[in-house]
Amino acid sequence: TISLKVEFGGGLELLFSNQRSHRSSTPDAEIFKAVDLTYLIFWLRDNLLKERVELFIENATVRPGILVLVNDADWELEGEGDYELKDGDEIVFISTLHGG
Amino acid sequence: MPPRTCALCDDARAILKRPKTGQQICKECFFYVFETEVHNTITEAHLFKRGDRVAIGASGGKDSTVLAHVMKTLNERYGYGLELFLLSIDEGITGYRDDSLETVKRNQQQYEMPLKILSYDELYGWTMDAIVSQIGKKNNCTFCGVFRRQALDRGAAILNVDHILTGHNADDIAETVLMNIMRGDIARLGRCTSICTQGEDTIKRSKPFKYAYEKEIVMYAYFKKLDYFSTECIYSPDAYRGHARVFLKDLEAARPSAIIDIIHSGEAFEATGSVKATQKSQQTCKRCGYMSSNELCKACTLLEGLERGMAAAAVTDRARAKLDAEGPAPAHLRQIPLFRLPETVQSNHVDPSVSLPAQR
Repeated sequence: TISLKVEFGGGLELLFSNQRSHRSSTPDAEIFKAVDLTYLIFWLRDNLLKERVELFIENATVRPGILVLVNDADWELEGEGDYELKDGDEIVFISTLHGG
Repeated sequence: MPPRTCALCDDARAILKRPKTGQQICKECFFYVFETEVHNTITEAHLFKRGDRVAIGASGGKDSTVLAHVMKTLNERYGYGLELFLLSIDEGITGYRDDSLETVKRNQQQYEMPLKILSYDELYGWTMDAIVSQIGKKNNCTFCGVFRRQALDRGAAILNVDHILTGHNADDIAETVLMNIMRGDIARLGRCTSICTQGEDTIKRSKPFKYAYEKEIVMYAYFKKLDYFSTECIYSPDAYRGHARVFLKDLEAARPSAIIDIIHSGEAFEATGSVKATQKSQQTCKRCGYMSSNELCKACTLLEGLERGMAAAAVTDRARAKLDAEGPAPAHLRQIPLFRLPETVQSNHVDPSVSLPAQR
């Protein structure tokens, strides 16, 4: 398994049992499928997301307006959903979709 | 993907891809370009002069918290010579506003700025909770927006400031441009991209974050570990702006520069001569003294509707006529206290046609 630290901010924690920080263990890469960020997003939906899927996922990726950081770097620099997870990675999901 | 080096300093690890430019930059360079761009926005628009008293509209949310932080930083770094205040409006929304006000109080400590909180309850006698229970969840944003606009001006008058700053960002302004196009509101379309609005009888109001992407504001707050409150207003899910926002986010995903490009398109719109002629000239509300396009300002109109139990009727001009047909407002209805501009604004303006009504 791959051990990860996942954090939610900007209001997203409300969808995940109102908990900002989670420790997760995902399965290792399977033969045909790598454990990448897209996999993690669906894994979170299936295992930790308590309500309102449409507020987290849209069109097989995170809803537009949700920022994703991988080890404190913009996921756009790491290939977005195709980034392959490593043991000990820290992933942060921050929603920007609220009043300022 | 291999770790990338910052495109600007060529030294540290890149942590962000800027939506505006596509550049991949490191944390320190990001802080610097973000702050400097706001500084450039401010200086190019000549927003301030030394000694100005400036109120930052603070809700405790991401934009106003980052705005307070950046204004404090720039004021010190470039010696603007400004006196900064925090001004917060309590609309009376349980579970939303009361929590975010706690954040503003923490901001006051963190940024060492005087804080003034003004509530709808003390000003109008109605909280948003009470308004929504009377009129439901359609049009409630209209009430809130109209009441908040006046409340900010009144708060600024109490603080005796020259200038109000709000945290509206590039995404907000692009959404507004789209909304005005979708609703055919040409008059607003010609005005909504101005960085600074100033009428003759109003306090200047500016948006230093006009060109700052919401994504960058959130990243700035995250990396600087700034304390802000983040929940959707419980009454807003059906707001019309939601449609524009969803559309804009999709546009941004396909082409990140779309947001700044929409603003540039919006800046190119200007009311033509024939449209200008149909706009009503500005007067003063005969009940409370605030600026108005009609005899009664919108806030007094909405308040009268609430007090007379016909709130839904007060929202459009046509419905206002129906309200008037019911007869004049009964005496002793709650009214908004008289509005006086702060001295600094008054001394710049002389209007012989205005005579304020006698004190009640």
